[in-house]
Amino acid sequence: MSSPKKPPARSTSRDLERYAGLFASRTRVMTSSAMRDLMAITARPDVISLAGGLPDTSTFPPETFASVTARIARESCAKALQYGPTDGLEETKDCIAEVMAAEGMHVDRADTVVTTGGQQVIDLVTKILIDPGDVIVAEGPTYPGAVPVFNAYQADVVQIDMDADGMRVDLLEETLDSLERDGRRPKFIYTVPTFQNPAGVTMSLPRRRRLVEVANRRELLVLEDNPYGLLRYEGEPLPPLYALDGGVFVMYLGTFSKILSPGIRLGWVVAPPPVLEKINLGKQEADLCTSTLSQLMVQAYFEQANWNDYVCSLTDIYRARRDALLGALAEHFPPEAEWTRPAGGLFIWATLPSYIDTNDLLARALRDDVAFVPGAAAFLDGRGHSSMRLNFSGAEEDRLREGVRRIGEVIKEQVALYGTLTGRPAGTAGQQQPESEREREDDRKGETGGGRLVELPRRRAARRRAGGA
Amino acid sequence: MSRVAVLKGGRSLERQVSLRSGARVEDALERLGHDVVRIDVGLDLIRQLRSEEPDAAFVALHGRDGEDGTVQELLEILGLPYTGSGVLACSRATDKVLTKRLMIEAGIPTPEFFAFTQTAFRELRAAETLPAIAERLDFPIVVKPSSQGSALGIKFARTPDDVPAALVAAFSYDGRVLLERHVEGRDLAVSVLDAATGAQTLSVVEAVPRQEDFYDFEARYEIGRTNFVCPAELPAGVTERAQELALACHTLLGCYGFSRVDLMLDDADELYVLEVNPIPGLTETSLLPQAAEASGIGFDELVSRILERAFERAPAAVR
Repeated sequence: MSSPKKPPARSTSRDLERYAGLFASRTRVMTSSAMRDLMAITARPDVISLAGGLPDTSTFPPETFASVTARIARESCAKALQYGPTDGLEETKDCIAEVMAAEGMHVDRADTVVTTGGQQVIDLVTKILIDPGDVIVAEGPTYPGAVPVFNAYQADVVQIDMDADGMRVDLLEETLDSLERDGRRPKFIYTVPTFQNPAGVTMSLPRRRRLVEVANRRELLVLEDNPYGLLRYEGEPLPPLYALDGGVFVMYLGTFSKILSPGIRLGWVVAPPPVLEKINLGKQEADLCTSTLSQLMVQAYFEQANWNDYVCSLTDIYRARRDALLGALAEHFPPEAEWTRPAGGLFIWATLPSYIDTNDLLARALRDDVAFVPGAAAFLDGRGHSSMRLNFSGAEEDRLREGVRRIGEVIKEQVALYGTLTGRPAGTAGQQQPESEREREDDRKGETGGGRLVELPRRRAARRRAGGA
Repeated sequence: MSRVAVLKGGRSLERQVSLRSGARVEDALERLGHDVVRIDVGLDLIRQLRSEEPDAAFVALHGRDGEDGTVQELLEILGLPYTGSGVLACSRATDKVLTKRLMIEAGIPTPEFFAFTQTAFRELRAAETLPAIAERLDFPIVVKPSSQGSALGIKFARTPDDVPAALVAAFSYDGRVLLERHVEGRDLAVSVLDAATGAQTLSVVEAVPRQEDFYDFEARYEIGRTNFVCPAELPAGVTERAQELALACHTLLGCYGFSRVDLMLDDADELYVLEVNPIPGLTETSLLPQAAEASGIGFDELVSRILERAFERAPAAVR
């Protein structure tokens, strides 16, 4: 039993100092190792994880996978093993056009760049548009995976509250006005309008129209991130912002991750030509081209199978899981908790009384082998501490129910404890909070949409900044 | 050359830190010529130890189970020599409340505090004493779980109204929490290393956070987020006094092999001991390795010395 010897690298604190001096200043804002460490624990097999965002790939037919790869081996082996054009293969772009057409968008091959997953689009768009200190407007909460990207480019992110109808475009306009009074202009607005990650809400059609109108009137770029649009479990589809705008100010991010596979790492961006040109240069510098093998797999798959059938089968699975999660929440979460009711996508956003910190709650929940994403991960301004993101696509229904039951027990324990500590019985504790927390409460401006209140806390500091104090 | 099992990982919240400590120890042991058995501590710990038949265990675990005496107890039962403190010292040191009471009894300065169990609040209405506590301890106060080794779960309560939520957070980690007077000042750590000739204190390390208003869990392990000054530049006599206190704590709790004592130095140059870590971190950013190096002891020598102590104690340990 001989293990390969590692080279005798000596790591000393002097080395440490040397490395510390080498790091770019932007790495200082790459924070949250504690959360990374906690999240690493959630990967233990005995943990029921509602923390991930994993699509279920277990039902993809292996025979389809085999025939797709066999066909590539037979027909385009050399091509699959070779570099490709930076902007992607033409045949892949045809598949992209087909997917976008299914959501009512018409796109030209020339306006598309194929990327290494949708995540690369967020990185490239931020890279080409943001100088340190530039403003990005995003939803609050926003996609947790965008947070480290925005941080790495040292963007100043202003987050706009949402309700059950998505981003509050009225607040967006207020914010844009106050930024303008400061002589600041956002470089772009980042939004996941459909089945938002993490909030699970969808922007209403009037708001979509108004957002596109605002972008046109103010000549602002919008990055529409739409990974989940085709995963709809009820109701009628809404037109993407890109369809409403025609691609003048809206940049569109699409991905095969949720409709086919995240493992093939294939996404795309559609953007106005001058922006696309810079994105293309940025991509060339980042990775030369997207995996040719992956692109050919998509092409072969689209030719051999009906991709939409697979999406429909996923939709059936996820709808049942969403219903299981919603049912379990109603059964096991205390009356003090609130949550969204997504019509599609992968996530539910739950908000607890403000005296519960979901970072600490996660540590407690891990003792009972269950995990979620604490809400703070979806904010760059310190908000979200009483919220959590729950994923329902990655676990089977029984596991989801059991996971929610365990989280619910822990929450109830903390609600009861808070009631004991404040001398108020559980149930009223949520309404009677300490001064400092009441202030935060007062800042909340939830608005009821069709269903439950989606209350997403605002922080004074954020408003002050936006107000240009 | 010995066959050494490095115990790392485990199920505690400090799992990742422990994996980093353990990996570094493994490299050092290999460079020292030992045969290394890597064990991520889990359900098959005992079986692995029995089948691998190591000569000793290097305990590189932090937090629950690994640092609180649980694993040490198992190693005693197996009759396997192991590094660091024994069962009793581990259980004392990971219980901050007990540690502080022992320190007070021994005349070692530690910030004034009150401790509560969750049961006391539930069954004895301990909440009714909170106003009295608010009068006795000036705000801000620190609320922390009794057993959590890292800064996880530590909250500042700036007003009495902040206390209930801070308690709820701290109780997420432990059934017992303490409310402690906050000592404003400089954050110091003194490591103690046992030698054949007796315990030796290492250079004092000062941790200076770069941005946070609190030396937190994240900064503690993140390269470039905290400046460490070692040896710390301190007023005359303070270094010696800090080292004396650290040694007194190490002895008081019965620590063995090595330990790290965390202290605060207030504006009046008074020192207060916050806690004793029986298995301090051994990662690249950890304080003990830095202090050792500043005292002329490289990482390999540090690991070697810690291991030697394990063998020295061996006959007595199996009882």
